[in-house]
Amino acid sequence: MTTTADPRAAAAAASGQRQPGTTGWMLLSPMLLWLALFVVAPTAILFVYSFCQRDELGQVVFEFTWENYARIADPVYLNILVRSLWYAGLTTAICLIVGYPVAYYIARSPAQRRSRLLLLIMVPFWISFLLRTYAWISLLKAEGPFSALLRWAHLIAQPLEILYTPSAVMIGLVYTYLPFMILPIFTSAEKLDNSFIEASLDLGAGPWRTLAHVIIPLTKPGIFAGILLVFVPSIGMFAVTDLMGGAKVPMIGNVIQNQFTQARDWPFGAALGITFLVLFVIAFWFLHDRGEARR
Amino acid sequence: MNSDELAPKETSAALNDPSAQLEWEFRLPPLPPSPASKTPISMETMVELRSVSKRFGSVTAVDAVDLQIRKGEFLTLLGPSGCGKTTILRMLAGFEVPTSGQILLEDKDVSGVPPYRRNVNQVFQSYAIFPHLTVAENIAFGLKMRHVPREERERRVGEALELVSLKGFGKRRPHELSGGQRQRVAFARALVCQPKVLLLDEPFSALDAKLRHAMQLEVKHLQRQLGITFVFVTHDQEEALIMSDRIAVINRGRIDQLGDATDIYHSPATSFTADFIGEANLLSSEIVYKNGVTAHVRLAEGVELTVRSSAIRDGASQALLSVRPEKIYITRNKPMKENAFKAVIEEEVFRGAMDELRLRVAGKLELMAMVANESAHERAWHKGDTVFCAIHTDDVVVVEQK
Repeated sequence: MTTTADPRAAAAAASGQRQPGTTGWMLLSPMLLWLALFVVAPTAILFVYSFCQRDELGQVVFEFTWENYARIADPVYLNILVRSLWYAGLTTAICLIVGYPVAYYIARSPAQRRSRLLLLIMVPFWISFLLRTYAWISLLKAEGPFSALLRWAHLIAQPLEILYTPSAVMIGLVYTYLPFMILPIFTSAEKLDNSFIEASLDLGAGPWRTLAHVIIPLTKPGIFAGILLVFVPSIGMFAVTDLMGGAKVPMIGNVIQNQFTQARDWPFGAALGITFLVLFVIAFWFLHDRGEARR
Repeated sequence: MNSDELAPKETSAALNDPSAQLEWEFRLPPLPPSPASKTPISMETMVELRSVSKRFGSVTAVDAVDLQIRKGEFLTLLGPSGCGKTTILRMLAGFEVPTSGQILLEDKDVSGVPPYRRNVNQVFQSYAIFPHLTVAENIAFGLKMRHVPREERERRVGEALELVSLKGFGKRRPHELSGGQRQRVAFARALVCQPKVLLLDEPFSALDAKLRHAMQLEVKHLQRQLGITFVFVTHDQEEALIMSDRIAVINRGRIDQLGDATDIYHSPATSFTADFIGEANLLSSEIVYKNGVTAHVRLAEGVELTVRSSAIRDGASQALLSVRPEKIYITRNKPMKENAFKAVIEEEVFRGAMDELRLRVAGKLELMAMVANESAHERAWHKGDTVFCAIHTDDVVVVEQK
């Protein structure tokens, strides 16, 4: 074993990975404790619950069953699942299309303007998410300012009827998650050395081809991170769909939340949660591996 | 587990293969014998700058520069950082548009033409090798953008790899290459496009001294071989002297002096050029008398020199002189020459090939001289010695104060 230890250490060092030493473990311990208490333990509890039954009052009964997982295959839930994926996918796509140019513009701005623009992206986080969502409700409602503005401009004849529709849900989702797309792309674009862009122009690629062949490939880590940060939480989002969608277009997050509250079916909610966790992990590995392979 | 252990070793073995050791050798025939290598550069103009200025806000980076660059010439823009040399290069590349004036490439005005529509390529200071592409894909980039068909592209990439002796490196990733190899990829990527002019932005600044010197000579050979016009930017005066056909010394956005290496070194026109290139004693003097050919100037009480009068303006009472330290001859006995005077050695500094002598001539007048150290066992000159200095009339250059 001693003979193999050295080359392995050398190989690990060569590939930029190394095992944390004693100091390393000590520095890591607060985070490890946090992860154990608030991520690993709840997930383990959920995992156990997902194989349990419940009595008529909604109490969890510790008796093994596959029943909860079997129920997920019900078309009702599959429909909601497909809709969730579709909404989350659409949200991610819109955030990417809107967020990329914004992130790139900020990253390429002079230092002073850059920090001011970044601050503007951050400001909404200072206000409670629920308050911001209620603000959108009053902006979008039929007798709200948007409606009035559009009628005044004769763009619409009837009061705006967008609130409590899928469009309102999309607006809410894009609004909520756009910063999570902008920030990682900004980080990637900021690191992009200007000489790569100049080299591309110098070699005969116009601005669009430079974008396609140099800028986008070199900001891919940020794009992948942004996609993950938007897609994953928007699948599980329930507040926006509840408030802006009027609970008319439930997503999977609403279903799960409902199991733990009104329906009082914790084991089924746990099974839904575990199923999604597994799907996310698979999706993450897939994206991560592709991101690595392209480096 | 076994394969895990082997994988990194394999890559390091690949990096150590024999071809990788030809670190800085361009595979080219030896330099042609010197008469042939001095092939006169055609007098045709490749690039012309007509009163080109560039201002950034209130800062004038380039100030009404006129310059003609000849076909096939190796021209160096030499100056300290912030002098505007890089801005001139960037305007030639198309990354900056002149505030006023014109840039002509083969008699066509290209001042406002974007970089991707100019037949000019650049080797970047950072090399700017695309990290997401292989070596071959990097070199093929320019050809692909110009829609060169695949077969021709592959052939030309192969030739370019061979030219910079990186044959067999096509599938490597840039991060697997050393600094010198990356630089050669940068050269290959620019040259494969067959540019009219190759622009080089301090390409050797990241290399260590030995490698840098070897690269300087190889790039010089490469340029003669290909006959492409090179415009080279550097702040390293030695590099400029070694490589250039002509040097444009740039100071504060203007061309201070334009000439070949020997011109610039032996006959600096201004105190800036004299001081920036090599070392120089800059001495102020009073003109005692002057005729059509020579003038007598006084450096200090009892120290008078004869100089060529052509550079002295009529009616001037003062002249600024530049004397290279190695042009001061030191002797023990009073030489039977004009321009000789007595001095005391105040300090002697061993500088390897040369000994530097700090001489006090009279009062505040100090001189620096360089003498070859003749023997390892015996030092010819010692601190406190009284010696005689002699300077040839032709080695005293009257320069303009700048």
